Amino acid sequence: MNLTNYLVLATILFSIGATTVLLRRNAIIAFMGVELMLNATNLVLVTYARMHGDLSGQVMAFFVMVVAAAEVVVGLAIIVQIFRTRRSASVDDINLLKS
Amino acid sequence: MTSSIATLVAAVEPQAAAAPAEGIVSLAWLLVAVPLVSAAVLLLAGRGSDRWGHWLGVLASAASFVLGLVLLISVLGRDAGERVLDLRLFTWLPAEALNVDAGLRVDPLSLTFVMLVTFVGTLIHVYSVAYMEHDTDRRRFFAYLNLFVAAMLLLVLADSFLLLFVGWEGVGLASYLLIGFWNHNTPYAVAAKKAFVANRVGDLGLLIAMMLMFAAFGAVDFETVFAAVPGASEGVLTVIGLMLLLAACGKSAQFPLQSWLGDAMAGPTPVSALIHAATMVTAGVYLIVRSAPVFDGAPTAQLVVVVVGAFTLLLGAIIGSAKDDIKKALAASTMSQIGYMILAAGLGPVGYAFAIFHLVTHGFFKAGLFLGAGSVMHGMGDQVDMRRFGGLGRYMKTTYVTFGLGYLAIIGVPPFSGFWSKDKIIEAAFVGEGWRPWVFGSAALLGAGITAFYMSRLFFMTFLGSKRWNDGHSASPDAAIANAPVQHPHEAPRLMTVPMIVLAVGSAALGGLLSIGGVFTSWLEPVTGRAEPHAPVMPIWVITTLTLLLVLVGLALAWRQYGAAPVPVVAPAGSALSRAARKDMYQDDVNDALLVEPGQYLTRSLVYSDRQVVDGAVSGLAHVMVRIGDRMRRLQTGYVRSYAASMTVGLVVLVVAVLATRI
Repeated sequence: MNLTNYLVLATILFSIGATTVLLRRNAIIAFMGVELMLNATNLVLVTYARMHGDLSGQVMAFFVMVVAAAEVVVGLAIIVQIFRTRRSASVDDINLLKS
Repeated sequence: MTSSIATLVAAVEPQAAAAPAEGIVSLAWLLVAVPLVSAAVLLLAGRGSDRWGHWLGVLASAASFVLGLVLLISVLGRDAGERVLDLRLFTWLPAEALNVDAGLRVDPLSLTFVMLVTFVGTLIHVYSVAYMEHDTDRRRFFAYLNLFVAAMLLLVLADSFLLLFVGWEGVGLASYLLIGFWNHNTPYAVAAKKAFVANRVGDLGLLIAMMLMFAAFGAVDFETVFAAVPGASEGVLTVIGLMLLLAACGKSAQFPLQSWLGDAMAGPTPVSALIHAATMVTAGVYLIVRSAPVFDGAPTAQLVVVVVGAFTLLLGAIIGSAKDDIKKALAASTMSQIGYMILAAGLGPVGYAFAIFHLVTHGFFKAGLFLGAGSVMHGMGDQVDMRRFGGLGRYMKTTYVTFGLGYLAIIGVPPFSGFWSKDKIIEAAFVGEGWRPWVFGSAALLGAGITAFYMSRLFFMTFLGSKRWNDGHSASPDAAIANAPVQHPHEAPRLMTVPMIVLAVGSAALGGLLSIGGVFTSWLEPVTGRAEPHAPVMPIWVITTLTLLLVLVGLALAWRQYGAAPVPVVAPAGSALSRAARKDMYQDDVNDALLVEPGQYLTRSLVYSDRQVVDGAVSGLAHVMVRIGDRMRRLQTGYVRSYAASMTVGLVVLVVAVLATRI
């Protein structure tokens, strides 16, 4: 199978993820978009590792997964807290720092 | 005549070398220390010393006088050649190149000043005890008077220009404090400031002169400087001389720095007598006579000195002829008399001794006249307008007689003091070659005539003629008099009249006594050098006759206008000259137009440019930054998604840019 197809898939996934982050107001959905973008990146890293026969790309993918797992924990905790206090999960409502 | 002119060669003996002081003379520092400590005590003790403070002041001044007298006797006991004594006190400025010792020089010149300052000073201290009796700040007044005496003695005793400068500033400070003694009165405070500023201009001259001396000779003490003078170029000496003259003009109220003296009369009358008549204002004459070697080597500077003196003596005399304020008339007279001294000092060795001689006699009679004026003011409820006096001789006999003696002394009637000293200056002014003796001699001669006029005017208006004040019972036809407050002129208390009597005796007799056999001029010879007797361009008897004739004319004119004819209470408009003289020859307007207004314009434009350019640049930059920040702030919408969008756009741009540069 042509490895380029993986890259095209990764590009499509990344674009979907980015579009989700940019367009959706719901924090949970936007978060899912971020996850999608991270996984698209992982796919690219793994694909290139395969292409060049070099394992460092795969190692990097592991790192991204670990960081993403930590990020999910922190991010979800924040979202839950915001939802509890403000009764809303819309990212547009969270603009308290703007005077 | 021509043969006498041909022999006019100034042959001056070199100054006597200084010997180290020993014995009683080594206590000379006490002269300065005693009044200084007394001033400090009076200022620090505060209200607690109000009851006895004034007597401490009198005592300190008297102690200086007694010590001065002892020094004088001990110096008189020495040979003429050994009368210059140096008392080294301590190393003052041990800088590498500029090494100045604080030391005192006790010699005939400084001793003459010590005696004048402490004797007249003590009398005026005594007078002030009564004059300032009702002033709540009498103690502070005596503290300042003591401070003045200390500073003045330091000025005349210093053995270097730098130490002299300390005293010079000290008397300026005391003068400032005393002119503005009643500083709750704004014009008085302004007068004090004016005196201080005018003096600062002169001080600058002394500073520059000292810097030049240091640059040229590497020292500022008299001994070294005067020893180095013969080897110096005339140009340097001329500039030093002119700068010293500037200093003298500031302190002695000579043209063009004369304008402060009239306003200085705002101070209490004893201050006018001591500081602004007898002693401080003569410091300029002292400076020039002390710096004689410098001036002897700079004929151009000497000529300028003479011109300034001659001009000021006429200027002061003309102003004095128009003033109705008794103290301001006396102030103008002081200016004029100091003009005589400066003129004499500028004539060189022929004149130095006469300048100091006139300074001493003037110190006596002018202090006496001021104290008399103070006594008149005391009896007339602080009235100073002579047009509101008249006929006071009947009410204050002692003041009348003592003032009269001072008056006869100043106009130079023989055998009173002024005749001996002023006549000598006029004779000396006629010595020389070419146009100079004729011009300067005539100025001095004319000045004597005008002096007789204005002093007679002052005397007649005050003590003779009809009453121009409201005595309370005889109805005056003149409404201006009838509506004035009732006056009860009375003689001053004994504490005031005794100093006046002593000064009047001095005014009458001192000049004649010191002239016997030229005792005073030969006393000063160790400092001023011996001047070969010179013949004036006219025989001496002609000059004396002319002087007396002019004095008579002045007196007669004054009698015709102010003695025989009634004096109007309101001053008539008068001629253009008297209007100008009343306004001090527009000296304030000239100063305002030439100096004050351009100065204010300069400061205003500097402030404007500081605000607009310097501050403008700084706050303009800040303003621009604020505007930029304002614009940038709009990018911060607060929406997470727009931040994400800008990040995405930025990333895309970055990637495109990287790719574009790759290709």
